Amino acid sequence: MKITKIEALANIANDIRIGIIEQVYNANSGHPGGSLSCADILSVLYFNQMNIDPKNPNARERDRFVLSKGHCSPALYATLARKGYFNKELLKGFRKIESNLQGHPDMKKVPGVDMTTGSLGQGLSVAVGMAISSKINHDGYRVYCLLGDGEIQEGQIWEAAMSASKYKLDNLCAIVDYNHLQIDGNIENVAGLKYIREKFEAFGFNIIEVDGHNIQELIEAFNIAKHKKGLPSVVIAHTIKGKGISFMEEKAEWHGKAPNKEEYEQAINELKLQHIIG
Amino acid sequence: MILDKKIATRESFGKALVELGKRNKDVIVLTADLAGATKTNLFEKEFPERFIDVGISEQNMMGIASGLATCGKIPFASTFAMFAAGRAYDQIRNGIAYPNLNVKICATHSGITVGEDGATHQMLEDLSLMRTIPNMIVLCPSDDTQTKWIVNEIANIKGPVYLRLARVSTPVIYEQNEIFEIGKMKQIGEGKDATIFATGVMVSEAIKAQEELAKENINIRVIDVHTIKPIDRNMVIKCAKETKKLITIEDHSIIGGLGSSICEILTEEYPCKVIRMGIQDQFGKSGKAEQLIKYFKIGYEEIMEKVKNG
Repeated sequence: MKITKIEALANIANDIRIGIIEQVYNANSGHPGGSLSCADILSVLYFNQMNIDPKNPNARERDRFVLSKGHCSPALYATLARKGYFNKELLKGFRKIESNLQGHPDMKKVPGVDMTTGSLGQGLSVAVGMAISSKINHDGYRVYCLLGDGEIQEGQIWEAAMSASKYKLDNLCAIVDYNHLQIDGNIENVAGLKYIREKFEAFGFNIIEVDGHNIQELIEAFNIAKHKKGLPSVVIAHTIKGKGISFMEEKAEWHGKAPNKEEYEQAINELKLQHIIG
Repeated sequence: MILDKKIATRESFGKALVELGKRNKDVIVLTADLAGATKTNLFEKEFPERFIDVGISEQNMMGIASGLATCGKIPFASTFAMFAAGRAYDQIRNGIAYPNLNVKICATHSGITVGEDGATHQMLEDLSLMRTIPNMIVLCPSDDTQTKWIVNEIANIKGPVYLRLARVSTPVIYEQNEIFEIGKMKQIGEGKDATIFATGVMVSEAIKAQEELAKENINIRVIDVHTIKPIDRNMVIKCAKETKKLITIEDHSIIGGLGSSICEILTEEYPCKVIRMGIQDQFGKSGKAEQLIKYFKIGYEEIMEKVKNG
């Protein structure tokens, strides 16, 4: 079931991006920018790395994924639908009253969602709890936690980082979607956030820095993390907010805005052209 | 009081956790640099592999507890009430209660009876904050027997629980074999002159008032409200119908806690006067617990006064 072909994984990431745009357009709300920036990461995790089975979403020994940046739910939903956790048609209900696909992920409503998230800064602590449980039970599963770069301004992230290091959670891999933008602008201008690598280093993490849109680099990064013993890893993934859609790329305004009909059509056309035939 | 012995509910909690830990391997105990004060160090000594100290990071502790709960563990996360219900409110609401996770939030050092540490450490709003959160069960035991029973009982409930405990030593009220039920208030006495709805450390004050008033031929009943949520509506209505006067007392703000809960039921079901005793919309202060009880007018003498002249 594990997909190893780079082109295939890139195409899945492209499908995820199309799913993101369709959801946000249909809902006329949601967060496209940060969803698009993490599509390649999700493709590699769900289709190449994680030990999971959509037919058995609550299996005890499965790997876990916590979307700490919960507003990027369209990316997670598109990934889960693509993986087969639920019918792709359900994506049309995103953010609508009759749907289970809430604005932010709800583990009680959606199969495959391992943790309810939305209030920023809390996911890494949850991932630490999951990783500790795996260690206590000798279950052997790994825990992945996707953080936004803006999100790590929350102090609780660093509390959790301390715990991850204290308990030597080598079964935990955090990923920072380092797209440099948050709602109010550049993360450095808004909050003075810099030296992300050095910060995680100081907290005792194994650091792996990659191009977050390079499938091969992502696969290698997660493999390195998997084999690193005695300390947690963080993959600092350099990404582009709004990746894949020309007019959304590197624009903070697309953090939480839906495209109009024209923009939607252009976005879908651009993404379809990025599909690799082979 | 049945037994002439005093013990703090945090102490009873610490001891009960050890017994529970022996029987239930899924129980994990967490603290945030307060192993000694919360008495969870007793568990740590017995089961170090199932004990997690996160240091001074209560929000992180609640998140780790959530993660453990998603994997089938039964985490008991302990810290002072101020830093549980106060500092980690968002983590409790969004990360524990909304996904209905099986986390037991064990909040010691509630109320002004914390004593010398003063206002910053005297949590007076936690019952109010916690009971408004959907899915949350809110408990506040009155003595050693009840606390030990509750610790065992909540391990069998699947879902979030807020357990409010006290620092101060209070009399043991119940015999070891006393029977309780979550969601059912405990009636002490049949008096019809007044009902005192009391919770936590205030129950023993109410019983003392009851004993003293009996000498003057004034017969009251004490209702031990160990379950703040779900609240026992039937008992509240029954007492309102059967007794002349209704008084609530809590080591908590009179806003949003026990007093408010009782009033909410009565305004809907049986409108009548209720006297709310507790902390009157103000912050606490430093002092000895027994001095503060007098200062804030929540001792047995004040209860007697309210029964007679309130």
